[in-house]
Amino acid sequence: MAPADPAVEGIFPSAGPDPDSEQWIRALSGTGAQREAGLARLHEMLLRVARAEMRRRASQLQIAGSDLDDLAYQAAADALLAIVAKMGEFRGESRFTTWAYKFAVFEVSAKIGRHFWRNPAVRWDAEDWDQLPDRFGPEPAAEAERRDLADAVHHAVDEHLTPRQRQVFMAIVLNGVPLDALALELGSTRNAIYKTMFDARRKLRAALAANGYLDDETSGHS
Amino acid sequence: MNGWPALDRFLRTDPRDVGCAEAMEPLHVYVDLVAAGGSAARRHPGIEAHLAACGPCAEDFHGLLAAVRRAE
Repeated sequence: MAPADPAVEGIFPSAGPDPDSEQWIRALSGTGAQREAGLARLHEMLLRVARAEMRRRASQLQIAGSDLDDLAYQAAADALLAIVAKMGEFRGESRFTTWAYKFAVFEVSAKIGRHFWRNPAVRWDAEDWDQLPDRFGPEPAAEAERRDLADAVHHAVDEHLTPRQRQVFMAIVLNGVPLDALALELGSTRNAIYKTMFDARRKLRAALAANGYLDDETSGHS
Repeated sequence: MNGWPALDRFLRTDPRDVGCAEAMEPLHVYVDLVAAGGSAARRHPGIEAHLAACGPCAEDFHGLLAAVRRAE
Protein backbone atom coordinates (compact mmCIF):
# COMPACT_ATOMS: atom_id res chain seq x y z
CA MET A 1 0.00 0.00 0.00
CA ALA A 2 1.35 3.45 -0.91
CA PRO A 3 1.89 6.00 1.88
CA ALA A 4 -0.94 8.48 2.51
CA ASP A 5 -0.79 11.64 0.42
CA PRO A 6 -0.74 14.59 2.87
CA ALA A 7 -2.46 16.76 0.25
CA VAL A 8 -5.55 14.56 0.37
CA GLU A 9 -7.17 14.71 3.77
CA GLY A 10 -9.50 11.76 4.19
CA ILE A 11 -11.55 10.27 6.96
CA PHE A 12 -8.62 8.09 8.04
CA PRO A 13 -5.84 10.72 7.74
CA SER A 14 -3.46 9.24 10.29
CA ALA A 15 -4.90 5.98 11.60
CA GLY A 16 -4.43 4.01 8.36
CA PRO A 17 -6.99 1.67 6.86
CA ASP A 18 -9.99 0.51 8.91
CA PRO A 19 -10.23 -3.21 9.81
CA ASP A 20 -12.55 -4.03 6.90
CA SER A 21 -10.17 -2.39 4.42
CA GLU A 22 -7.21 -4.25 6.00
CA GLN A 23 -9.11 -7.48 5.42
CA TRP A 24 -9.66 -6.64 1.75
CA ILE A 25 -5.97 -5.80 1.29
CA ARG A 26 -4.89 -9.04 2.94
CA ALA A 27 -7.26 -11.11 0.83
CA LEU A 28 -6.29 -9.51 -2.47
CA SER A 29 -2.57 -9.41 -1.74
CA GLY A 30 -2.49 -13.07 -0.76
CA THR A 31 -1.97 -16.09 -2.95
CA GLY A 32 -3.84 -19.23 -3.96
CA ALA A 33 -7.32 -19.92 -2.68
CA GLN A 34 -7.41 -16.86 -0.39
CA ARG A 35 -6.74 -14.51 -3.30
CA GLU A 36 -9.18 -16.32 -5.59
CA ALA A 37 -11.89 -16.02 -2.96
CA GLY A 38 -11.08 -12.33 -2.49
CA LEU A 39 -11.26 -11.67 -6.22
CA ALA A 40 -14.58 -13.51 -6.50
CA ARG A 41 -16.01 -11.47 -3.61
CA LEU A 42 -14.70 -8.25 -5.12
CA HIS A 43 -16.21 -9.07 -8.53
CA GLU A 44 -19.56 -9.82 -6.91
CA MET A 45 -19.45 -6.46 -5.11
CA LEU A 46 -18.44 -4.55 -8.26
CA LEU A 47 -21.20 -6.19 -10.27
CA ARG A 48 -23.75 -5.20 -7.62
CA VAL A 49 -22.51 -1.59 -7.73
CA ALA A 50 -22.36 -1.46 -11.55
CA ARG A 51 -25.89 -2.85 -11.89
CA ALA A 52 -27.28 -0.40 -9.36
CA GLU A 53 -25.48 2.48 -11.04
CA MET A 54 -26.79 1.46 -14.48
CA ARG A 55 -30.31 1.33 -13.07
CA ARG A 56 -29.82 4.71 -11.35
CA ARG A 57 -28.88 6.29 -14.70
CA ALA A 58 -31.31 4.29 -16.82
CA SER A 59 -33.98 6.98 -16.90
CA GLN A 60 -31.57 9.33 -18.71
CA LEU A 61 -30.42 6.66 -21.16
CA GLN A 62 -31.91 4.79 -24.07
CA ILE A 63 -30.67 1.52 -22.61
CA ALA A 64 -32.80 -1.16 -21.01
CA GLY A 65 -33.11 -4.86 -20.24
CA SER A 66 -30.28 -7.15 -21.27
CA ASP A 67 -28.24 -4.27 -22.76
CA LEU A 68 -28.19 -2.65 -19.35
CA ASP A 69 -27.06 -5.87 -17.69
CA ASP A 70 -24.40 -6.53 -20.39
CA LEU A 71 -22.92 -3.08 -19.80
CA ALA A 72 -22.95 -3.66 -16.03
CA TYR A 73 -21.07 -6.96 -16.50
CA GLN A 74 -18.49 -5.29 -18.75
CA ALA A 75 -18.08 -2.41 -16.29
CA ALA A 76 -17.58 -4.79 -13.35
CA ALA A 77 -15.05 -6.91 -15.26
CA ASP A 78 -13.01 -3.86 -16.35
CA ALA A 79 -13.20 -2.35 -12.87
CA LEU A 80 -11.85 -5.59 -11.40
CA LEU A 81 -8.88 -5.55 -13.79
CA ALA A 82 -8.18 -1.89 -12.99
CA ILE A 83 -8.31 -2.50 -9.23
CA VAL A 84 -5.95 -5.48 -9.43
CA ALA A 85 -3.51 -3.39 -11.48
CA LYS A 86 -3.72 -0.44 -9.05
CA MET A 87 -3.90 -2.18 -5.67
CA GLY A 88 -0.56 -0.62 -4.76
CA GLU A 89 -2.06 2.86 -5.16
CA PHE A 90 -4.65 2.42 -2.39
CA ARG A 91 -3.43 4.64 0.43
CA GLY A 92 -6.08 4.02 3.08
CA GLU A 93 -7.46 7.57 2.84
CA SER A 94 -10.97 6.17 2.38
CA ARG A 95 -12.62 2.83 2.95
CA PHE A 96 -11.27 0.22 0.53
CA THR A 97 -14.81 -0.45 -0.66
CA THR A 98 -15.36 3.24 -1.56
CA TRP A 99 -12.07 3.25 -3.49
CA ALA A 100 -13.15 0.07 -5.31
CA TYR A 101 -16.70 1.32 -6.00
CA LYS A 102 -15.15 4.34 -7.71
CA PHE A 103 -13.68 2.10 -10.43
CA ALA A 104 -17.08 0.52 -11.05
CA VAL A 105 -18.81 3.91 -11.28
CA PHE A 106 -16.13 5.26 -13.66
CA GLU A 107 -16.42 2.16 -15.84
CA VAL A 108 -20.20 2.60 -15.98
CA SER A 109 -19.65 6.17 -17.23
CA ALA A 110 -17.19 4.93 -19.86
CA LYS A 111 -19.57 2.21 -21.09
CA ILE A 112 -22.46 4.68 -21.33
CA GLY A 113 -20.25 7.08 -23.32
CA ARG A 114 -19.42 4.33 -25.82
CA HIS A 115 -23.01 3.15 -25.99
CA PHE A 116 -24.14 6.65 -27.05
CA TRP A 117 -22.59 6.19 -30.50
CA ARG A 118 -24.64 3.07 -31.20
CA ASN A 119 -27.38 5.46 -32.30
CA PRO A 120 -26.48 6.22 -35.95
CA ALA A 121 -28.81 9.26 -36.04
CA VAL A 122 -26.58 11.25 -33.71
CA ARG A 123 -24.72 14.16 -35.33
CA TRP A 124 -22.17 16.03 -33.29
CA ASP A 125 -21.05 18.55 -35.91
CA ALA A 126 -24.43 19.89 -37.09
CA GLU A 127 -24.77 23.69 -36.97
CA ASP A 128 -28.42 24.27 -36.29
CA TRP A 129 -28.48 27.50 -34.29
CA ASP A 130 -32.25 27.29 -33.94
CA GLN A 131 -31.56 24.59 -31.33
CA LEU A 132 -29.98 27.11 -28.97
CA PRO A 133 -33.20 28.39 -27.32
CA ASP A 134 -34.23 24.77 -26.61
CA ARG A 135 -30.96 24.16 -24.80
CA PHE A 136 -31.42 27.00 -22.36
CA GLY A 137 -35.12 26.95 -21.65
CA PRO A 138 -37.96 29.21 -22.67
CA GLU A 139 -36.61 32.57 -21.42
CA PRO A 140 -36.45 35.27 -22.58
CA ALA A 141 -40.17 35.32 -23.31
CA ALA A 142 -40.20 37.61 -26.33
CA GLU A 143 -39.30 35.92 -29.62
CA ALA A 144 -37.39 39.00 -30.85
CA GLU A 145 -35.30 39.14 -27.69
CA ARG A 146 -34.62 35.40 -27.85
CA ARG A 147 -33.53 35.71 -31.48
CA ASP A 148 -31.31 38.71 -30.69
CA LEU A 149 -29.53 36.87 -27.86
CA ALA A 150 -29.15 33.67 -29.90
CA ASP A 151 -27.58 35.75 -32.70
CA ALA A 152 -25.24 37.37 -30.16
CA VAL A 153 -24.12 33.94 -28.91
CA HIS A 154 -23.61 32.75 -32.50
CA HIS A 155 -21.54 35.84 -33.28
CA ALA A 156 -19.46 35.47 -30.08
CA VAL A 157 -18.78 31.81 -30.90
CA ASP A 158 -17.59 32.70 -34.41
CA GLU A 159 -15.62 35.72 -33.24
CA HIS A 160 -13.96 34.61 -30.01
CA LEU A 161 -13.54 30.83 -29.92
CA THR A 162 -10.68 28.81 -31.37
CA PRO A 163 -11.67 26.14 -33.93
CA ARG A 164 -11.35 23.45 -31.23
CA GLN A 165 -13.43 25.41 -28.71
CA ARG A 166 -16.05 26.02 -31.39
CA GLN A 167 -16.14 22.33 -32.30
CA VAL A 168 -16.64 21.31 -28.66
CA PHE A 169 -19.26 24.02 -28.02
CA MET A 170 -21.27 22.99 -31.09
CA ALA A 171 -21.22 19.32 -30.16
CA ILE A 172 -22.11 19.71 -26.48
CA VAL A 173 -24.40 22.75 -26.51
CA LEU A 174 -26.14 22.70 -29.88
CA ASN A 175 -26.17 18.97 -30.53
CA GLY A 176 -26.49 17.74 -26.95
CA VAL A 177 -23.64 15.21 -27.19
CA PRO A 178 -22.61 14.01 -23.70
CA LEU A 179 -19.12 15.13 -22.76
CA ASP A 180 -17.80 11.57 -22.29
CA ALA A 181 -19.17 10.49 -25.67
CA LEU A 182 -17.55 13.49 -27.37
CA ALA A 183 -14.21 12.75 -25.68
CA LEU A 184 -14.34 9.24 -27.16
CA GLU A 185 -15.28 10.50 -30.63
CA LEU A 186 -12.44 13.03 -30.64
CA GLY A 187 -9.88 10.62 -29.12
CA SER A 188 -9.59 12.93 -26.13
CA THR A 189 -10.35 12.79 -22.40
CA ARG A 190 -13.15 14.11 -20.20
CA ASN A 191 -10.65 16.43 -18.53
CA ALA A 192 -9.36 17.91 -21.79
CA ILE A 193 -12.83 18.44 -23.25
CA TYR A 194 -14.03 20.03 -20.00
CA LYS A 195 -11.02 22.37 -19.98
CA THR A 196 -11.72 23.36 -23.61
CA MET A 197 -15.36 24.02 -22.73
CA PHE A 198 -14.40 25.89 -19.54
CA ASP A 199 -12.23 28.31 -21.54
CA ALA A 200 -14.96 28.68 -24.17
CA ARG A 201 -17.58 29.47 -21.50
CA ARG A 202 -15.32 32.11 -19.95
CA LYS A 203 -14.66 33.78 -23.33
CA LEU A 204 -18.31 33.74 -24.38
CA ARG A 205 -19.49 35.15 -21.08
CA ALA A 206 -16.97 37.99 -21.27
CA ALA A 207 -18.01 38.79 -24.85
CA LEU A 208 -21.74 38.74 -24.06
CA ALA A 209 -21.26 40.81 -20.89
CA ALA A 210 -19.13 43.35 -22.78
CA ASN A 211 -22.00 43.81 -25.24
CA GLY A 212 -24.61 44.14 -22.49
CA TYR A 213 -26.31 40.79 -23.04
CA LEU A 214 -25.33 39.35 -19.63
CA ASP A 215 -24.48 40.88 -16.28
CA ASP A 216 -20.87 41.43 -15.43
CA GLU A 217 -19.27 38.29 -13.88
CA THR A 218 -18.69 40.07 -10.56
CA SER A 219 -22.36 40.87 -10.01
CA GLY A 220 -24.97 38.39 -8.90
CA HIS A 221 -22.54 35.48 -8.66
CA SER A 222 -24.58 32.35 -7.96
CA MET B 1 -29.14 42.97 -18.40
CA ASN B 2 -29.53 39.29 -17.81
CA GLY B 3 -31.69 38.07 -20.65
CA TRP B 4 -31.28 34.33 -20.33
CA PRO B 5 -30.73 32.96 -16.80
CA ALA B 6 -29.94 29.39 -17.84
CA LEU B 7 -27.37 30.58 -20.40
CA ASP B 8 -25.95 32.96 -17.80
CA ARG B 9 -25.50 30.13 -15.27
CA PHE B 10 -23.99 27.82 -17.90
CA LEU B 11 -21.37 30.37 -18.96
CA ARG B 12 -20.29 31.31 -15.44
CA THR B 13 -16.95 29.78 -14.48
CA ASP B 14 -15.51 29.42 -10.99
CA PRO B 15 -11.75 30.02 -10.69
CA ARG B 16 -11.62 27.48 -7.84
CA ASP B 17 -12.75 24.72 -10.26
CA VAL B 18 -9.92 22.15 -10.34
CA GLY B 19 -11.10 20.29 -13.46
CA CYS B 20 -12.12 16.68 -13.96
CA ALA B 21 -8.81 14.90 -13.36
CA GLU B 22 -8.03 16.61 -10.06
CA ALA B 23 -11.60 16.27 -8.82
CA MET B 24 -12.00 12.61 -9.75
CA GLU B 25 -8.67 11.27 -8.49
CA PRO B 26 -9.60 11.76 -4.78
CA LEU B 27 -13.37 11.30 -5.31
CA HIS B 28 -13.42 8.25 -2.97
CA VAL B 29 -11.97 10.38 -0.17
CA TYR B 30 -14.43 13.21 -0.83
CA VAL B 31 -17.39 10.82 -0.90
CA ASP B 32 -16.42 9.11 2.36
CA LEU B 33 -16.24 12.55 3.97
CA VAL B 34 -19.70 13.46 2.65
CA ALA B 35 -21.14 10.09 3.76
CA ALA B 36 -19.63 10.56 7.22
CA GLY B 37 -21.25 14.00 7.47
CA GLY B 38 -17.87 15.72 7.31
CA SER B 39 -17.15 19.11 5.82
CA ALA B 40 -16.02 17.81 2.44
CA ALA B 41 -16.91 20.98 0.54
CA ARG B 42 -15.06 23.20 3.01
CA ARG B 43 -11.98 20.98 2.96
CA HIS B 44 -12.02 20.60 -0.81
CA PRO B 45 -13.56 23.77 -2.31
CA GLY B 46 -11.98 23.08 -5.71
CA ILE B 47 -13.78 19.74 -5.94
CA GLU B 48 -17.05 21.28 -4.79
CA ALA B 49 -16.73 24.02 -7.44
CA HIS B 50 -16.02 21.43 -10.10
CA LEU B 51 -18.95 19.19 -9.17
CA ALA B 52 -21.27 22.20 -9.37
CA ALA B 53 -20.23 22.83 -12.98
CA CYS B 54 -19.40 19.45 -14.53
CA GLY B 55 -22.37 17.20 -15.24
CA PRO B 56 -20.45 13.96 -15.87
CA CYS B 57 -18.29 14.32 -12.74
CA ALA B 58 -21.35 15.25 -10.65
CA GLU B 59 -23.03 12.10 -11.99
CA ASP B 60 -20.04 10.00 -10.88
CA PHE B 61 -20.10 11.70 -7.48
CA HIS B 62 -23.81 10.96 -6.99
CA GLY B 63 -23.31 7.38 -8.19
CA LEU B 64 -20.45 6.75 -5.79
CA LEU B 65 -22.26 8.37 -2.88
CA ALA B 66 -25.37 6.25 -3.62
CA ALA B 67 -23.22 3.08 -3.67
CA VAL B 68 -21.66 3.96 -0.31
CA ARG B 69 -25.04 4.76 1.25
CA ARG B 70 -26.58 1.54 -0.05
CA ALA B 71 -23.79 -0.43 1.62
CA GLU B 72 -24.17 1.32 5.00
